[in-house]
Amino acid sequence: MDNKKSNTLRGLLFGAGFIAIAAFIFTGCPSQQRMLDTGDAAQKVYVAPGEHDEYYGFFSGGYSGQLSVWGLPSARFLKVIPVFSQDPETGYGYSEETKPLLKTSYGFIPWDDSHHPHISQTNGDADGRWIYINANNTPRIARIDLQTFETKEILELPNTGGNHASSFVTSNSEYVIGATRFSIPYEMDLDVPIDSYSDEFRGALSFIQLDPETGMMEMDFQILVPPYNYDLGRAGKGPSADWVFFTTYNTEEAHTLLEVNASRNDKDYVAAVNWKRAAELVRNGAGETMSAEYYHNYYEGNQGIAINDVKNQVTVLTPEDGQDFIYFLPTPKSPHGVDLDPTGEFIVAGGKLATVIPVHSFSRMLDAIENRRFEGHVENIPILDYDATIIGEVENPGLGPLHTEFDGRGYAYTSVYISSEIVKWSLETFEVVDRIDAYYSIGHLMITGGDTKNPDARYLVGLTKTAKDRYLPTGPKQNHPAQLYDISGDRMQLLLDFPTIGEPHYAQAIRADKVAPNVKQIYEMEENDHPHALRRVADNRIERDGDVVRVYMSSTRSHFRPDNIEGVRVGDTVYIHLTNLEQEWDVVHGIAIKGANNSEILVAPGQTKTIKWEPTRTGIYPFYCTAFCSALHQEMQGYIRVSAADSDVPLTWSTGGN
Amino acid sequence: MNTYKHLLKSITLLLLIPVLYSCGGEESSEPRSTQPPVEEPALTEFELEHGIGPVTEPIEIGDIDPDLVTKGRNIYEMKCEMCHNYQGRMVGPELGNVMERRSPEFVMNFILNPSGMVREHPVGQELLREYMTAMPFQNVQKDEARAIVEYLRYYYEENN
Repeated sequence: MDNKKSNTLRGLLFGAGFIAIAAFIFTGCPSQQRMLDTGDAAQKVYVAPGEHDEYYGFFSGGYSGQLSVWGLPSARFLKVIPVFSQDPETGYGYSEETKPLLKTSYGFIPWDDSHHPHISQTNGDADGRWIYINANNTPRIARIDLQTFETKEILELPNTGGNHASSFVTSNSEYVIGATRFSIPYEMDLDVPIDSYSDEFRGALSFIQLDPETGMMEMDFQILVPPYNYDLGRAGKGPSADWVFFTTYNTEEAHTLLEVNASRNDKDYVAAVNWKRAAELVRNGAGETMSAEYYHNYYEGNQGIAINDVKNQVTVLTPEDGQDFIYFLPTPKSPHGVDLDPTGEFIVAGGKLATVIPVHSFSRMLDAIENRRFEGHVENIPILDYDATIIGEVENPGLGPLHTEFDGRGYAYTSVYISSEIVKWSLETFEVVDRIDAYYSIGHLMITGGDTKNPDARYLVGLTKTAKDRYLPTGPKQNHPAQLYDISGDRMQLLLDFPTIGEPHYAQAIRADKVAPNVKQIYEMEENDHPHALRRVADNRIERDGDVVRVYMSSTRSHFRPDNIEGVRVGDTVYIHLTNLEQEWDVVHGIAIKGANNSEILVAPGQTKTIKWEPTRTGIYPFYCTAFCSALHQEMQGYIRVSAADSDVPLTWSTGGN
Repeated sequence: MNTYKHLLKSITLLLLIPVLYSCGGEESSEPRSTQPPVEEPALTEFELEHGIGPVTEPIEIGDIDPDLVTKGRNIYEMKCEMCHNYQGRMVGPELGNVMERRSPEFVMNFILNPSGMVREHPVGQELLREYMTAMPFQNVQKDEARAIVEYLRYYYEENN
């Protein structure tokens, strides 16, 4: 009885306490969750049904391996573009056309970790033609075509462990960069003790040349650098357009317990690389050709089947004294992001463990190089004098500054992880002028039109690492949030908070009118250069070559042709090449076969896709259209008869006629 | 005074209705309804006979042009044949004798503006009721539709 009473009392007290705490949390710090008056905020993000958003937002999928597309400011979810991971929803990585895209020198890899999407640029502005994104785990870079929102090309990077400082493009899309996060032995497949780290391990900075017409990538050269961790990168702009910048940490060269052992030095480096000079050196014969194995996967024509172009060598440039193309800028402390302001003058590093945000000056850097203000050298790379390049240190930036973007109006916005906030500071005074909470633990942030010479700075999106109580609970693991802030005024204001897919690391947003007018509505049938495409309806047929059976099938609302197939045998490998003969926007057909150890595949209007099927049991196998295509979609089906391996059922096919 | 204001408001709203009604759905391939609209827009004599679409005046028809026949046949076999037989209905009506039943302009307008035809033209509406599948636009340009007509004229002459 007593016990019960005291329990009740305790409950009451607890309840009262909880309410008090809740009241404090929700009302106690109004300045922290600074939202516009709810109605105004709603109006600012409201896009009427049928209307379109002003911006496309491209958010990396992180451990989903994909790229998600959002309309901003409404935060309408538009699409997931499959990039580095198989996607049974579309058949990406399951169809014969797309499987080669995921091949690497380590074999077929169904997954990766995508981090930093970057839109191709012309004259320092995002041009909306392609978007590149890196794979961190098995180092690769992918190119996504923004006419079709499809992954068209993937290039593997040799000699690289963890391609994190990637895939940033230079201001005229001359190069896209990659780098080693985890230094590894440079020589291919070298088997050495891990504690030979300082002797045997090296970093690689990759310079991948882009074709100005097609956006296609080609590994031009790598720079061999000391065995640090190369973390993030950015290309210069305007006066610094010939340069790219990488952060380093672990200049301690630790190979175990890095959280302690790589946090000892007060300063690590920003590596500044004059890519134009380096490329000239390579053109003039500098560097050596080393053997390497890496895959370059792409489509040769308009569509068709992706091919694997296996490369076996790479040009490696090792810095030599007097070559003047790479310098180290000492930077506190274990810096993560390195970001260039729109003028190309300020080089801002986010030192995870630093108490200030260090800002280097590009023009001072050039002076320091000119005047040989070197603190020393490491592996022939001059280390510049910190005082000679630094132009400001932003005090009181919060705990754990990571990444910075700019509004083009003289302000920078830095994400701060540990204190979970965004700080706005002046590029003139280097003083913090505003700060606002992020929910919770912010990583990257991005500004609409950001990382260009002309940011269109209406909105800022913070990409955070944990949701906790922000949304209705969905189990022990919540999806990662993004928050949309209005940055058009003096103070940042929170407008919207929405869950995303995977783990968005970096994101970019571009004005919709730079992309939308070029988006294709169909694949023109006349331009279908797939080797197994159906060019005429009457060409639908089946061909047997030994155990390989190729079905040339077409789809249109609402039937497959052929839809009755006999003569397939157990042990056959059946390829169904399905050409979607529709020429109307968004009329998609799919195909799925009972028992196939594969996903369905979706086929866009005018496209040809192939599903591979290896029947193991005799019987009748229904197949059907997986995409609701018409009023008679439920009628869109067919049958395949599978007979015993030694059967003599002739190969026949038909449509209608019964 | 008040009544007058209300009346004005009501009139404004009424005036808005056709505006709202006419917005959107123009490009939709699936008709909103198989019922004719309450107020059927009046079709011109030409439209009644030759259909609604980009072909708004009589086209020149002469002797069969073999090059145009070849061009038309290629497009027909790529973009039409999956749903139409020459003889007998399939997804859509038979086309072997279509040039006997319809004018060249009508056939072109149906190819070029199929959603408009089944929504707004009495013959299109009737065909949709009969076949229950709206013909899709197959990204055929005007000169290509003309070529298809030439091929269907040729087919009809050869087979009758």
